[in-house]
Amino acid sequence: MSAAKNININLKIWRQKNAKSKGSMETYKLDNVSTASSFLEMLDQLNEQLINERKEPVAFDHDCREGICGMCSLYINGRAHGPDTGITTCQLHMRMFNDGDTIYIEPWRSKAFPVIKDLVVDRSAFDRIQQAGGFVSVNTSGNTIDANATPIPKHDADKAFEAAACIGCGACVATCKNGSAMLFVGAKVSQYALLPQGKVEATNRVLNMVRQMDEEGFGNCTNTGACEIECPKGISLENIARMNREFLKASLK
Amino acid sequence: MAKSALLKSSIVKKYWMALTGLFLCLFLAGHLAGNLQLIFGDALQFNQYALFMTSNPAVKLLSYVTYFSILFHAIDGVLLTYQNVKARPIGYAKSNPSANSSFSSRNMAVLGTLILVFIVTHMVNFWAKMHFDKNMPVYAVTVEAMGQKQNLYYTTSGNYIPVESVGKNVQDATQNGQQIYLENGREFFNTQAKIKVSEGYKDLHKITFAFFQHPKTGLIATILYVLAMIVLSFHLLHGFQSAFQSLGVNNKFTPAIKTFGTLFAIIVPLLFAIIPVYIHFVK
Repeated sequence: MSAAKNININLKIWRQKNAKSKGSMETYKLDNVSTASSFLEMLDQLNEQLINERKEPVAFDHDCREGICGMCSLYINGRAHGPDTGITTCQLHMRMFNDGDTIYIEPWRSKAFPVIKDLVVDRSAFDRIQQAGGFVSVNTSGNTIDANATPIPKHDADKAFEAAACIGCGACVATCKNGSAMLFVGAKVSQYALLPQGKVEATNRVLNMVRQMDEEGFGNCTNTGACEIECPKGISLENIARMNREFLKASLK
Repeated sequence: MAKSALLKSSIVKKYWMALTGLFLCLFLAGHLAGNLQLIFGDALQFNQYALFMTSNPAVKLLSYVTYFSILFHAIDGVLLTYQNVKARPIGYAKSNPSANSSFSSRNMAVLGTLILVFIVTHMVNFWAKMHFDKNMPVYAVTVEAMGQKQNLYYTTSGNYIPVESVGKNVQDATQNGQQIYLENGREFFNTQAKIKVSEGYKDLHKITFAFFQHPKTGLIATILYVLAMIVLSFHLLHGFQSAFQSLGVNNKFTPAIKTFGTLFAIIVPLLFAIIPVYIHFVK
């Protein structure tokens, strides 16, 4: 690996005071950014600079900074989570950029994800979809059966696990030209549909989750496949197909 | 809008898009097989085929399913596009869609609209003439016997009627003392008895050749037809395999479906496009 160096960059960042105000793209110059720093560290550095200049720092979502919580978002240079695949923004590093680059940073754009401030969007639409059916009802009154006591074919367990890897970051919605949430909902439906524990509530689950998804104002999937490519967890389009099958099955019941 | 049960859910819209789209793919294959007779068959064969396609009850039923599919596919597409545009009220300042999706998949609505415009003009040029044009020519052959050329209508029962012995209508025939006159486009009637004696074929073959060989507009018609087929090819390139995904088929057959879809999207429009090029430049 080549040694870290410092680069100077230009930033174009969406600034919006609050949910009601009209935002705009603002330009910032940031010097001496180490290529060894992460993208979020670069934003921290920018905010230090802004605070020193007695300006309002840029608000952005972040939490675990190790790619598993799904909090960080950011549409960077026209791509969800920036110019790399299979990563969240916190896993993006400044070595992906060159000295003198102009980097565009925008919030997720979706009617269902309204901007709260700057780069922070409200993703509670995903929570409401999850609450509409993304669960299994388990009796927890002291006689819970160990999940491993139920035999599950290896293939199904693997597919369910792959679907369950979804961290609900919303990159699929952000990157889809239609602002569709079908990769997220497909993953959540699949995760349960593949397991015996999830079969009990399968019919209502898919109908309710899809209904909630539509009510939230997400767009319709047109199978462009962009979500699959930008998903940091590599959730496959197979999950959307499975949801389509589950929905058909449930609709005919 | 979109409150009917059949259109309500986003996923049901996908099913409809897929089912009508796949049916239209079948239609394309059938239509192509028919059209290829313009190259590999003679005028009589093509006109017989055209008559069959406009009179057979089973074909008629299929044609209604086709009209429905085209209309529904288009209406469903408009609804989808409208909702999809609404789902992102503020767009991105910088977007890089080619990094994660194909040109076809992102432009289905535009491609589809162009195809719809093509279908309308195509139907005006051929379908409407075949169905409604009172002056549609009736198929006739030219035979040479003893140094004399004679034009003869060829009837569906295999008989020949000299063209000069047939009046354009009953008045014409009575005035000129002709035994037979034409009625309803292609039916031969006896002038005195006013009863149908036989039927001819509408000459769709002649109309088609005249259209693409027209000294002024034939070349532009050929070019526009070829362009329309390129648009169709792009539409199919995404549409064919996408329909299976929408119907929930994404499994071990998917690579084969994608390969077949790509071949279908290239070969079918290509063969369609060869026909007017052949008519204009070769025949």
